[in-house]
Amino acid sequence: MIKLLGLLVVGLGFAFRVNPLLVVVAAGFTTGLTAGFSPHEVVTMFGRFFVENRGLTLPVILMVPVVGLLERHGLQERVATLIRRAATATAGRVLWTYQIVRGVTSMLGLGIGNHASMVRPILVPMAEGAAQGRHAKLDERGRADIRAHAAASENVGNFFSDDIIVAIGALLLVKAFFDNAGVEVALGDLKFWSVPTAVWVIAVGWWRSRRLDRRLQRGAREQGGPAP
Amino acid sequence: MTPLLTLEYFFIGCGGVLAIVAAQIAGDATHPKRRGSALFWLLLAVAVGGGSWLPHAAVGYVVVGLTVRTAMKQVGVPRFAASDAGQLEARARRLGNRVLWPVLVVPAVAVVGGLVLDRVSGAGFVLASTRQAPQIALGLGCAVALVLALRVTGERPLTAVREGGRLLQLLGWALLLPQMLAALGGIMAKAGVGDAIAQVVATVLPVDLPGVAVLAYCGGMALFTILLGNAFAAFPVMTLGVGLPFIVEAHGGDPAVMGVLGMLSGYCGTLVTPMAANFNLVPVKLLELRDDYAVIKAQVPYAAAIWVFNAALMYFCVYST
Repeated sequence: MIKLLGLLVVGLGFAFRVNPLLVVVAAGFTTGLTAGFSPHEVVTMFGRFFVENRGLTLPVILMVPVVGLLERHGLQERVATLIRRAATATAGRVLWTYQIVRGVTSMLGLGIGNHASMVRPILVPMAEGAAQGRHAKLDERGRADIRAHAAASENVGNFFSDDIIVAIGALLLVKAFFDNAGVEVALGDLKFWSVPTAVWVIAVGWWRSRRLDRRLQRGAREQGGPAP
Repeated sequence: MTPLLTLEYFFIGCGGVLAIVAAQIAGDATHPKRRGSALFWLLLAVAVGGGSWLPHAAVGYVVVGLTVRTAMKQVGVPRFAASDAGQLEARARRLGNRVLWPVLVVPAVAVVGGLVLDRVSGAGFVLASTRQAPQIALGLGCAVALVLALRVTGERPLTAVREGGRLLQLLGWALLLPQMLAALGGIMAKAGVGDAIAQVVATVLPVDLPGVAVLAYCGGMALFTILLGNAFAAFPVMTLGVGLPFIVEAHGGDPAVMGVLGMLSGYCGTLVTPMAANFNLVPVKLLELRDDYAVIKAQVPYAAAIWVFNAALMYFCVYST
């Protein structure tokens, strides 16, 4: 039971909004020390896992010079201008469409982007541009709402349809686990049972994006009427 | 077969970018935390770029040191002057839609590269290993985009790194967090935290009822993912501790249905935990949102609706096939 102390550190740390980095290191030491490792061994483990997982932030570091440079030359404004010309676009519809495209490509085992390469430079300006085309005024709150939901549609699109057609990640892990445990499962069955949730997630995305559009509309009305 | 391209090249490239950011901070007399910040980015550059050659203990002391310095608020973000709107518009008008090409090239290269990199092979070599191909393709996409962006805008490479450095400084410590969380997950796995949790779940709940077993398994997957930030870490633990003994062995449930929907229930946990920093906290910084939990709050309704669906589907299907 004492091994679970590290989880308590995590819970308390996040609850009191201590710097997450500090919470994680403190929890690592708590867990490692209570399990009988020496402080030096815990530090070494942090080093080893850090090196092994450097790939996690690789796309962000490599992408920001491109995004920064293009933003200096009006990338976000350009995307917003383009989307404003599409009369039927709303912020919610833009985000929902992206979620579906992201889901379909990730079904094939392909990644079309992430928060640094798609969401900030393309998706957010598109959704904000669409909202501005509709409601003219977009206040700070509406902007934050759109941005948070843009990140959400990237995550949701990314997570729930991996490997339905081409398995490269989660399903292979599930299969390998069952193989090791001596339980027989077919990869085809695993793919089949992934489908209902992938469809349901599209429906949930439709509901959330409608709600987002409604909120934006309400916000614009409170601010003094729709676009003339 | 030896892969020609490995992620190592990209790590060195990243280290280079981070080192230039450090040098630019060091040369910026107006930076509020000049020395502390320059040191932070320099050490991060060494850990990322040189990680494969340094002893793990050395990297460990560096990253723990970076954490302490961040917590002591020795690292700062300068106030960036807002760009001149008139100038911005003049540049935007000159470039028109050409400004979009570099960004669109990234997914194109990533998709094509992901498909072909591991299939191009010659005498004893292959372009990239299957495991690394998707990441390398994305890295190549970024490199091609950078070259294209420099050509289109006519700027110098140092300008690109300076503009990138602005965004990187906004990210700050969030850039370190995903790796540190992975490390915490690894330490917890070595300490046997998962088995302890599975034991608690199995003793506290009446898992001999089929419905309760499904609830405990799906709920445990979500909860354990929330605590560890990673469904892949939760899966073996919950499946060995609760899923296999109570759903499959005790009640004859179908392991394929259980495994898939269990993993997808875990993803619902990923949507609502600050421990999944890469998905939930890094975008907060990247999109310049004020509330650290803004993305998580937006994702709570998704997570709830998807989790309920998964658990219900598992309950109705796992015992009947």
